[in-house]
Amino acid sequence: MSTILVFVEHQKNQIKRSSVELLQAAQKSGLKTCAVLFGTGVENLANSAAQNGAQEVHTFKSADFDQYNPEMFLAAMSDLLEKIKPSIVLSSASSLGKDLFPRLAARFQSGVASDCTELKIENGKVTAKKPLYSGKCFAETSFENSPIQFVLMRANQLPVSAANPSATTSAIDHTINKPDLKTIIQNVVKGASEKLDLTEANVIVSGGRGLKEAGNFKLLNDLADVLGATVGASRAVVDAGWVSHGMQVGQTGKTVAPTLYIAVGLSGAIQHLAGMSGSKVIVAINNDPQAPIFQKATYGIVGDLFEVVPKLTEEFKKVLNK
Amino acid sequence: MKIFVCLKQVPDTETKIKIAADQRSIDTAGIKWVINPYDEFAVEEAVKMKEANPGAQVFAITVGPKARVADSLRTALAMGADEGILINSAENIDTFSTAKALAAAITQEGGAQIIFTGKVAIDDNSSAVSQMLAEFLKIPHVTVVSKFSKTADSQFTVERDVEGGSKEVIQINGPCVIAANKGLNMPRYASLPGIMKAKKKVLKELEASSLGVLATDQKVVLNSYTLPADKAPVKMLSGDASSQVTQLVQSLRDEAKVL
Ligand SMILES: Cc1cc2nc3c(=O)[nH]c(=O)nc-3n(C[C@H](O)[C@H](O)[C@H](O)COP(=O)(O)OP(=O)(O)OC[C@H]3O[C@@H](n4cnc5c(N)ncnc54)[C@H](O)[C@@H]3O)c2cc1C
Repeated sequence: MSTILVFVEHQKNQIKRSSVELLQAAQKSGLKTCAVLFGTGVENLANSAAQNGAQEVHTFKSADFDQYNPEMFLAAMSDLLEKIKPSIVLSSASSLGKDLFPRLAARFQSGVASDCTELKIENGKVTAKKPLYSGKCFAETSFENSPIQFVLMRANQLPVSAANPSATTSAIDHTINKPDLKTIIQNVVKGASEKLDLTEANVIVSGGRGLKEAGNFKLLNDLADVLGATVGASRAVVDAGWVSHGMQVGQTGKTVAPTLYIAVGLSGAIQHLAGMSGSKVIVAINNDPQAPIFQKATYGIVGDLFEVVPKLTEEFKKVLNK
Repeated sequence: MKIFVCLKQVPDTETKIKIAADQRSIDTAGIKWVINPYDEFAVEEAVKMKEANPGAQVFAITVGPKARVADSLRTALAMGADEGILINSAENIDTFSTAKALAAAITQEGGAQIIFTGKVAIDDNSSAVSQMLAEFLKIPHVTVVSKFSKTADSQFTVERDVEGGSKEVIQINGPCVIAANKGLNMPRYASLPGIMKAKKKVLKELEASSLGVLATDQKVVLNSYTLPADKAPVKMLSGDASSQVTQLVQSLRDEAKVL
């Protein structure tokens, strides 16, 4: 039987939701499902991987893999692929996934389908749906002449069901001969935010020029705290220096697909919509009834954000018992 | 020093997209084409590097149907690149084929000390060619770079943007591929004298097939193009702010079921 390998990412001793999505999708494919995890302590996540569908768990638990280095991960993954010879490799389209897998694919004379939003695996063949031109159209993508099918999925696109609590497995650990490194990670400057990244967030509260000044983002932070949401922004306010570029949603920012996207005081320019139109439910709050964001929204409130947002925060607090 | 910058021509962000009759491509009639915005950062960084290193040369290189993509190279030449290299190919060749063509052409031109690219092309959003190119050339790469400096001969320090607003500070030895993010620089506009000069610069044409790109290098195919499904009309919430807010939260909980 052919093998499907899932690259599993984790944070704070937990498998990320985006990886759980992939493990469960892999299990449903009927292929032999393998998982691979990197970093100190990942053997403790083997059972969790098994509970979500992995039949075999591979680890590289050396501390050398605590921080992503493209050359180290490339060497490790190349070795593993030689050993277990998967026909499909799944990863989420995270910073790491997007950096590593195209290169790995090229090494294995294979192609990569990036940024996919739907995934079908039938008789070992992948068909994935992929937005093109910033979601202005979609295509079905599939592979030919590709010994391995590499697929990078956007987060929050695939269903997650309850894990099977009784599954267990023990990890198979691997080591590599450290390559002669030409890239050295000297330092990682941590972002201010402890929250989930925009690309993984299930709820996003985004603000634009309607907020008038940087300090008023506090209104959005308060709302986000109640919802467990991550805060995003339009390019206008990033360019104005109110918030960092890491928070920008859109064509030249991040592509996001949360369950709930609350757009506050942003007009919904086409380049902004390009980054968030895949959101399941969109709420627009804007004092201009003609703002284009209303055409994309599920629910709209025409009103002054300075009045609406604090009220909304209070209402959510009440309803969510916070 | 030979500096290469790879760029892709893409539809302008405002362009309306129509699907072609074959449903495997878009209707290119009436599309306004531009240089992929991230590739503009790459061109700017390449030209800046040339300005700081007398004797350095910038080669702008692209892959695509020659009748349409030559314009993007002319723009790069007007921004300050010295020579253009156009690799003629069919529309819609995949990332593997593109990277293979670029690698072969760069090798044929004598190799690069450094290659700049954009971190992603906004048409297919693949973020793949830079890394594949680095693999074919067996040189290191860093993607999503928002800060770049030369620290020694053929040694660079860069910042890579990752999740949560974090930045990795990376030292990399050349030759290497650097994929630009927004924030790296402010791309200059092509000046009128720049545009005039560009007309006299060399624009070399190569064929993807004569660079060893085979039909079997097309690894990923795109089919069955569709437009997004029609969206249900927006539900506007009425009344004063308090009642709008109550209705909204109720709808999110009971109707949309997202709370
Ligand atoms: C190549 C290119 C790439 C781009 N990439 C991006 C991108 O990635 N992301 C992005 O966002 N943009 C991008 N843009 C910019 C985009 O075109 C818009 O300029 C930008 O999104 C506008 O930001 P905004 O909605 O915050 O500001 P505006 O368009 O000024 O909108 C502000 C909104 O706030 C509302 N408002 C004002 N006061 C209040 C109030 N008191 N209460 C409620 N509402 C209020 C107004 O009615 C208005 O609709 C790009 C542009 C180009 C050309």
